[in-house]
Amino acid sequence: MFKDLGTIFIASAIINNFVFSRYLGLCIFFGVTKKMETAVGMSMTFTAVMVISAALSWLVYNLVMLPLHLGFLKIVLFIGIVAGFVQGADTVLKKLNPTLYYKLGIYLVLITTNCIILAVPVINADEKYNFMQSLTLGLGSGAGFSLALILMASIRERLELANIPRPFQGMPIAFIVTGLIALAFLGFSGLITL
Amino acid sequence: MEAVQPNLIDVTIKSLIFMGSVGAIFGIALAWAARKFAVKVDPRVEAVRDVLPGANCGACGFAGCMGYAEAVVGDASVGPGMCAPGKADVAALVAKITGKVAPELIPTVATVFCRGDECKTFKRFEYNGVKDCRACMLVAGGDKSCSYACLGYGTCARACPFGAIKMSADGLPVIDREKCTACGVCVAICPKQVIALTPSSKMVHIRCSSRDKGPAVKKVCEIGCIGCGLCVKACPEGAIALENNLAKIDYTKCTHCETCVQVCPQRTIEDRLDPAKEAAPRIKPPANAPVNAEKPAE
Repeated sequence: MFKDLGTIFIASAIINNFVFSRYLGLCIFFGVTKKMETAVGMSMTFTAVMVISAALSWLVYNLVMLPLHLGFLKIVLFIGIVAGFVQGADTVLKKLNPTLYYKLGIYLVLITTNCIILAVPVINADEKYNFMQSLTLGLGSGAGFSLALILMASIRERLELANIPRPFQGMPIAFIVTGLIALAFLGFSGLITL
Repeated sequence: MEAVQPNLIDVTIKSLIFMGSVGAIFGIALAWAARKFAVKVDPRVEAVRDVLPGANCGACGFAGCMGYAEAVVGDASVGPGMCAPGKADVAALVAKITGKVAPELIPTVATVFCRGDECKTFKRFEYNGVKDCRACMLVAGGDKSCSYACLGYGTCARACPFGAIKMSADGLPVIDREKCTACGVCVAICPKQVIALTPSSKMVHIRCSSRDKGPAVKKVCEIGCIGCGLCVKACPEGAIALENNLAKIDYTKCTHCETCVQVCPQRTIEDRLDPAKEAAPRIKPPANAPVNAEKPAE
């Protein structure tokens, strides 16, 4: 049981890393990795939203949709659940914990329609994971995304001072660096066989 | 699909009911949350934020324009005139929204207090590191002959949020007075502290920061202030004072009479009103060696 969860965690965090292996969430990935501070804030918010939305989606999907044979509606529903949950969290957080809201609130809005957040419930549904497995996949994907953001932010902070040829400054060099990291992550592909 | 679908009408009805109820549940829950957890936002905060320039430069000392908008509305001790880029117009609007009194604002502009470009000074050593003044500063205080001079690696030009600073061919920052909003980002980032904010109506500046004695300045720079005091004596308004071997203009007294410009033996004083009135440039041999070093000190 736990070995299984460990495998899912490592697989989703490293081997099938959403950014470097599945090429999802690239918009946020390039958007917030200019500074370490924003990257860390985004990773924390992202992981929290990912785990909670995975749990919510699993409950609705398995307890309501499957008995009613409405599986084909899952993409529409998952978007709705994530958006609704994020909007709710935004409202509640603003009232209960303004400090946390001002630190993480701006990222919450960005997350609403992010493709990784949508991909996690969809994978959970397709793989027919149980509740704990779904949570682990959410957590693992969050950890993987955080790893990608922090790696990229530390590299891009260094790039600020590097002597980059003019045509490559800014985004182009970021794309190239991402490609190189993705190549490196390819090396993990034989680590665990599922 | 999980099972053979019974029939189309059944599925359609079920999915309509299902999605409808999900929508209704979310709608009701969010509406309830919005009511229950409503945070009273002062409408004036939004109004102030719309008035501010939105550059998030941080000149006001708060975290971005939103931070200042909240502070100026919520805190009685925060004045309405703290937005430097917005100048007097924004200050007046903010004061109108918040009901505070706008202070008399003297519009300012950034001025570089150094004219020692690559032709007027020389390099003490060859610096091959990162092309950034702050990095160069770490290597024995920079490569310029004058230890007070602008290093010329353009850190201010890159930092300027309004694109108002360009580097000249001779390696000195040139400030576009139209674009400059006096936000003070360049003043804060310059490791040599050669940039300062000056009243934008004043056009005569003693553009030197060297606090060295005259002979020492002459050895390292062709155009630096040697602290001779001629301008102090010549100024009919008594607006110039000598402070640590460096002449300084009191901008509240300066009347643009341009007397100091003509008496300055070093041409340190810049006259933006009429650059032709500055003394004719003296031509120096292009060699990077300290030519002046052989001359007897005054």
